[in-house]
Amino acid sequence: MEWETVIGLEIHTQLATKSKIFSGASTAYGAAPNTQACAVDLGLPGVLPVLNEEAVHKAVIFGMAIEAEIAPYSVFARKNYFYPDLPKGYQISQMELPIVGPGHLDIEVDGVSKRIGITRAHLEEDAGKSLHEDFHGLTGIDLNRAGTPLLEIVSEPDMRSAKEAVAYMRKLHELVRYLDICDGNMQEGSFRCDANVSVRPKGQKEFGTRAEIKNINSFKFVEKAINHETGRQIELIENGGKVIQETRLYDSVKDETRSMRSKEEANDYRYFPDPDLLPVFISEDFKALVKAQLPELPQAKKHRFQDQYALDEDNAAMLTYSCQLADYFEAVLKESGCEARLCANWITGELSAALNKAGLEITGSPVSHERLAGLLARIGDNTISGKIAKQVFEEMWQGTATADEIIAAKGLKQITDSGAIELIIDRIIAENPGQVQQYRSGKDKVFAFFVGQVMKEMQGKANPGEVNKMLKAKLSR
Amino acid sequence: MHNKTITQLAHGLRSGEFSSVELTQAYLNRIKRHQGLNTYITVCEDLALQVAYAADIRLANGNPELLTGIPIAQKDIFCTEGVKTTCGSKMLDNFIAPYNATVVEKFNQAGAVMLGKLNMDEFAMGSSNETSYYGAVRNPWDINAVPGGSSGGSAAALAARLAVGATGTDTGGSIRQPAALCGITGLKPTYGRVSRYGMIAYASSLDQGGPMTRSAEDAAIMLQVMAGFDEKDSTSVDLPVPDYRAGLNNSIAGLKIGLPKEFFGEGLDSDVAAALETAVNEYRKLGAEIKEISMPNLNLAIPAYYVIAPAECSANLARFDGVRYGYRCENPVDLSDLYTRSRGEGFGKEVKRRILMGTYALSAGYYDAYYIKAQKIRRLLSEDFKNALAQVDVVMGPVTPGTAFGIGEKIGNPIAMYLSDIYTIAINLAGVPAMSIPAGFVKGKPVGLQIIGNYFAEDRLLNIAHRYQQVTGWHLQPPKGFE
Repeated sequence: MEWETVIGLEIHTQLATKSKIFSGASTAYGAAPNTQACAVDLGLPGVLPVLNEEAVHKAVIFGMAIEAEIAPYSVFARKNYFYPDLPKGYQISQMELPIVGPGHLDIEVDGVSKRIGITRAHLEEDAGKSLHEDFHGLTGIDLNRAGTPLLEIVSEPDMRSAKEAVAYMRKLHELVRYLDICDGNMQEGSFRCDANVSVRPKGQKEFGTRAEIKNINSFKFVEKAINHETGRQIELIENGGKVIQETRLYDSVKDETRSMRSKEEANDYRYFPDPDLLPVFISEDFKALVKAQLPELPQAKKHRFQDQYALDEDNAAMLTYSCQLADYFEAVLKESGCEARLCANWITGELSAALNKAGLEITGSPVSHERLAGLLARIGDNTISGKIAKQVFEEMWQGTATADEIIAAKGLKQITDSGAIELIIDRIIAENPGQVQQYRSGKDKVFAFFVGQVMKEMQGKANPGEVNKMLKAKLSR
Repeated sequence: MHNKTITQLAHGLRSGEFSSVELTQAYLNRIKRHQGLNTYITVCEDLALQVAYAADIRLANGNPELLTGIPIAQKDIFCTEGVKTTCGSKMLDNFIAPYNATVVEKFNQAGAVMLGKLNMDEFAMGSSNETSYYGAVRNPWDINAVPGGSSGGSAAALAARLAVGATGTDTGGSIRQPAALCGITGLKPTYGRVSRYGMIAYASSLDQGGPMTRSAEDAAIMLQVMAGFDEKDSTSVDLPVPDYRAGLNNSIAGLKIGLPKEFFGEGLDSDVAAALETAVNEYRKLGAEIKEISMPNLNLAIPAYYVIAPAECSANLARFDGVRYGYRCENPVDLSDLYTRSRGEGFGKEVKRRILMGTYALSAGYYDAYYIKAQKIRRLLSEDFKNALAQVDVVMGPVTPGTAFGIGEKIGNPIAMYLSDIYTIAINLAGVPAMSIPAGFVKGKPVGLQIIGNYFAEDRLLNIAHRYQQVTGWHLQPPKGFE
């Protein structure tokens, strides 16, 4: 039988606010345990939550970006369960009236575009962390993360393959970083995913029973976890078994999912409106203000890059993957005055390779856009060849000198003086009569030998166009 | 000294009749002498004398506030930095708060002297102060009777002159009912008027702190310090705080008083009813017009309250889990054991009862039938008050069905106990302010008159209460043995 996979994702994005969602404590990552947990985060008797306006603002930005309905009136609710790293014994979340209503995100897989529905996105506080190592059979609690603002983004069950799920997750990751509402750091848990997976015979309308795979924190693992879970469910059903509704954990070491708890064991969270917090009212004026301030979104930017700069789709997509990279590109383009394609190739090629190798983001690039523009300008005005430019770039990467300083110091200026080139060409022709004979008898490949010899003599500084032209003329005589 | 009001004490401190240290010492001595009443859980002798000493300097330097050097006491539900804050529970018997409640901070700023922390029903759940882990409080008017609750320690301490002012909190009557049973003055402000930050939550949408004193004038002075917007409490209301003493003496001629017929029906003790009639007549003499009104939904208040308050408390008390502070059972074998035994051993019977009721009411499949229904009733009750207060300026009625009952009399019968708040609970559900003032005695035990006003009309209530206290002497009478 042919099977179809049905996937819905719940993605927790940590909102990049300075302080926590209900207290003034810092959200910075990596501090010593419990040093960034104030009385409110510790859940001391008598403390009260106060909503962080910036978290609301960021949620609205997200809602506007996915063309969602923003609830004019949304309510915080208490989700009740006991866990040692949940200080109040309940999590403040949103249940019946989330801040962001239905919206959508378009993904592309194998050149085909698909619209994925987003059911809702709601604000909530993160819990702390339980530390099971280093305590000799006891558990340590670190409440630094408790109260960190999260936006939980829930998709419709619209994805039909692990590939689509990853495409959606990547797209969302790109979007939240574009919007500057989340740092997207998956290692630090700023962007994590729960996947709801079920299978059904192809053509069947009803959904199969789903399993929820919890807390997957990389694109690679999402793909593997979903593929594994799909295989497990199909095998189970084909062997006469039944999928049960349960929560599963993905083990990336063993590449398998295993059961955490079944629906029967699931908590009754007893949601009810939190009486410590007032409902959140979002006015039309506020929405209009947020909309006016929305940055150009990835899709629109990509299309603009293709149209305005005549870039191919791959280059445009790579450049617009992050807003900062796109900005860098446009700055280089403007400052160098070079062709867009040259700038794009350098940034997606040489620069990206160097950044990847060093494990850096564009914002941490040792070569600023001003310096790269300076280099590309020298290619554009024929001062240096592309090959020499790579050499100059290496130098720039290591130090702080500009391209002009390096070119001057190393004497790398390209020779365009045709008299100097001609002298060398004449000599090489004279020294290699055999090869000249071969060329003239029709072996075109020998031409490259002559180019190589000339460039070698001139230490790569000759203008390749000029060399080609002159060589052709002299050899065909 | 102990029979003087706040205004009189403030005058004495300024005229040099006595110092704050002398005054504080006198109160500390009295507290020691009457410790059999069990009004205080913690007496802060050293701290109080230090603060009194500082107050004397401030008084001498000429920049005191009205409450500078005045000995007051805090209900043990308010967090006090460096001082044990128990909420009347074994759960918090070892809890020393690391911060001050906003209300406490405000009294500290004013230079008031905190004598100690007052006994109360465990987590403010009770109407007799018998659910306290620290034992029952005795009513100074009859040491075999309860003082009411949950602010029973506050009310008894004031009646016995063991503080000149105290804080209380009122979720369903916890300021007004003990005020009535102990013959003192208590004011539950409008929900949102006084910050709840640092006040250990019982039912967040109903809890409200307020002053308990021996006179309306003193209540005005206390409320002046307590009231106001607090950015740490999202439910506190950002409205200006009026000068509560400014209008105390305003005439109340032409005041329209509504008496809901539902308040005076079956269940109200006839002697209490007679005392209230006399009090209402006093108002008539002061020029008020009396009108009978109807508030048809009042009978729904108790059932609605006993869904909403327990539902909220079931979540509010989840933080007491033995993990970070408070009581932890000995040698837990695993997490589940830690939770069940810490909570099982740390909470008393009434608290557990309400947590269970609330958990049940919020459970899947019951939520709509209980919680949602109760919220609808709450809206109906608010409408009742809105309608009534459109016809009249204030509503008056009893605070309690009878006078103080005996210790042990109702503790075994929760329903009977819950019914002792039948006249006070609706006010919390609606969120309006209300006062209880002494209005006579029945067989030697005090009777309280309840005055209910419109949202943020505390100044009006204080004025109406003060005018009555100008022409009557009930509030001045000390219990026998405490003169």
